[in-house]
Amino acid sequence: MKDAILDDPGWLIAIKGLLVFVFCVVCTLLAIWFERRIVARMQLRLGPNRVGKFGLLQSLADGVKLALKEDLIPAAADKLVFIIAPIISATTCFMAFAVIPMSGPVKMFGQETAFQLTDIPVGVLYILSVASVGVYGIVLAGWSSGSTYPLLGGLRSSAQVISYEIAMGLSLVAVFLYAGSMSTIDIVDAQDQFWYAVVLFPSFIIYAISMVGETNRAPFDLAEAEGELVGGFHTEYSSLKFALFFLAEYVNIVGVSALATTLFLGGYHAPPGLGFTESWLGGWFTFIWFFIKVVLFFFVFVWLRGTLPRLRYDQFMQFGWKLLIPANIAWIMIVAVLRYFTINGASRTSILIFGGAVLALFLLGSSLYERAKSKRITVDQSAVDAPAPYPVPELPMKISTFTVPRAERERE
Amino acid sequence: MSELEPKRAIDGAAEESIHIPIDGPAPLFTQLKGFWTTFAAQFKKVTTVEYPEVKEPTAPRFHGRHQLNRHPDGLEKCIGCELCAWACPADAIYVEGAENTDDQRYSPGERYGKVYQINYLRCIFCGLCIEACPTRALTMTNEYELADDSRKKLIFEKEDLLAPLRSGMLQPPHPYYPGTDDQDYYHGRVTEAHPSQEQK
Repeated sequence: MKDAILDDPGWLIAIKGLLVFVFCVVCTLLAIWFERRIVARMQLRLGPNRVGKFGLLQSLADGVKLALKEDLIPAAADKLVFIIAPIISATTCFMAFAVIPMSGPVKMFGQETAFQLTDIPVGVLYILSVASVGVYGIVLAGWSSGSTYPLLGGLRSSAQVISYEIAMGLSLVAVFLYAGSMSTIDIVDAQDQFWYAVVLFPSFIIYAISMVGETNRAPFDLAEAEGELVGGFHTEYSSLKFALFFLAEYVNIVGVSALATTLFLGGYHAPPGLGFTESWLGGWFTFIWFFIKVVLFFFVFVWLRGTLPRLRYDQFMQFGWKLLIPANIAWIMIVAVLRYFTINGASRTSILIFGGAVLALFLLGSSLYERAKSKRITVDQSAVDAPAPYPVPELPMKISTFTVPRAERERE
Repeated sequence: MSELEPKRAIDGAAEESIHIPIDGPAPLFTQLKGFWTTFAAQFKKVTTVEYPEVKEPTAPRFHGRHQLNRHPDGLEKCIGCELCAWACPADAIYVEGAENTDDQRYSPGERYGKVYQINYLRCIFCGLCIEACPTRALTMTNEYELADDSRKKLIFEKEDLLAPLRSGMLQPPHPYYPGTDDQDYYHGRVTEAHPSQEQK
């Protein structure tokens, strides 16, 4: 299949490029509609339902409206950078799609090929690098606006994306170790038996968390925290430039969802037991499977947005650096050792024993840690309980637990 | 218990007070409850009223558009006293009274409201005008669809505000019901129009 893609004639590559672009844009329009509808349902509302059937054309109407708005450039802005920033954001997010395998082998205009623009041996690294270039769009937008809120938003966003890119990159390492390749096609093929979401569950979870941080989405949408930073990095943007940022955000979401599908959910392959569907529609049914998985991920994005409040900045950074990254490194060490043993022909039982031992050690360590922590807390508690030599207001959290015993004492 | 300490409302309730965890985050499954809440909410009935298609009735005493009422024989209740205009905190009402004469009688008594305007761009629907009205001439309906596209259209004139003529009512000006005076009107002793009241 790899050869089929690499043997594509130029005109087919051009058509596929166009198709990928159209796919991304249509996905964005539908994604905005889907998100608004689902979030509305979660809040017992209906969501957009006026423009077109079920309000499907709402985002199209919004897009037209945005395009017809006045395009403002603030006097304090660095004009060139101000214009380039949204272009960077919008182009890089599309580029990531070049190496995503969206379907199995299919026939396109009489050519044996697959719905994938190209395949490179370091495909996943390419996606990571393109994603980090995309951050420049946000950072430059914040800086060039010549205004404080966008600047803060841009700074937050750069710190955020850099931190979460580490966690994201580390969670991919386990996949590389198992697949033995960084090419997206090889990774999909390596999952024909078990999806990596099952085999490498911790990696999958960490990737799923860090992809939310990477795309600046709720609850990690600190860069555009409405309550704090007005609109964050895009405060000063209007009209088409703002629309480009909007587009970039959603294409990015679809992009990371597509990558997650490729790396952890078996890409375009059917779920286990439904393999016979893959030959339907001349192989195009695989694209439907791919799409369903991406929608599933997108639903999780929407669900998170509907459920969780925005994190505080320090909580967010602590979560990334103190939990995700160390946990990831520990997990990679375990995976690497297991992988080394398997390749060198260790038996399954010995691997299981080793895995069990590691797990037991981890549980022991964590329970010891918890015990030490609870001991420390009880000490703190008694210090708080001791009557102060002078009147102090009660701590707000303790009113319910502390007033009652005192009242009882007085009654006796 | 000292006098200064605030008295607990219900002593029994205080004993089974809620324990607020103060050390560390809540257990994982407690935190995940929120996800179930939002997920389950998707399948609940939405509270949205699809307004232009579905119109839910307002509360019975909803403050909507005003109405100038009539006596049962069709004479206007408004006596042009301007108390509504004086009561209005938004200065939305303009009234000009005029004298009733025996051949041009619009309302029982001496005077009637010749010009009556309510500016709905100013009105805040507080209902103070209704409280001020001594003859119950001015009341509020439940009508709330008052949007329009010009300022002029939102200044309602007397003919926009007057209650429609119901059966048994005659279009003023017309004389009193035979053998009655204004007091009979105010005490509700006039219940319908008499054919002789019809103006030639």
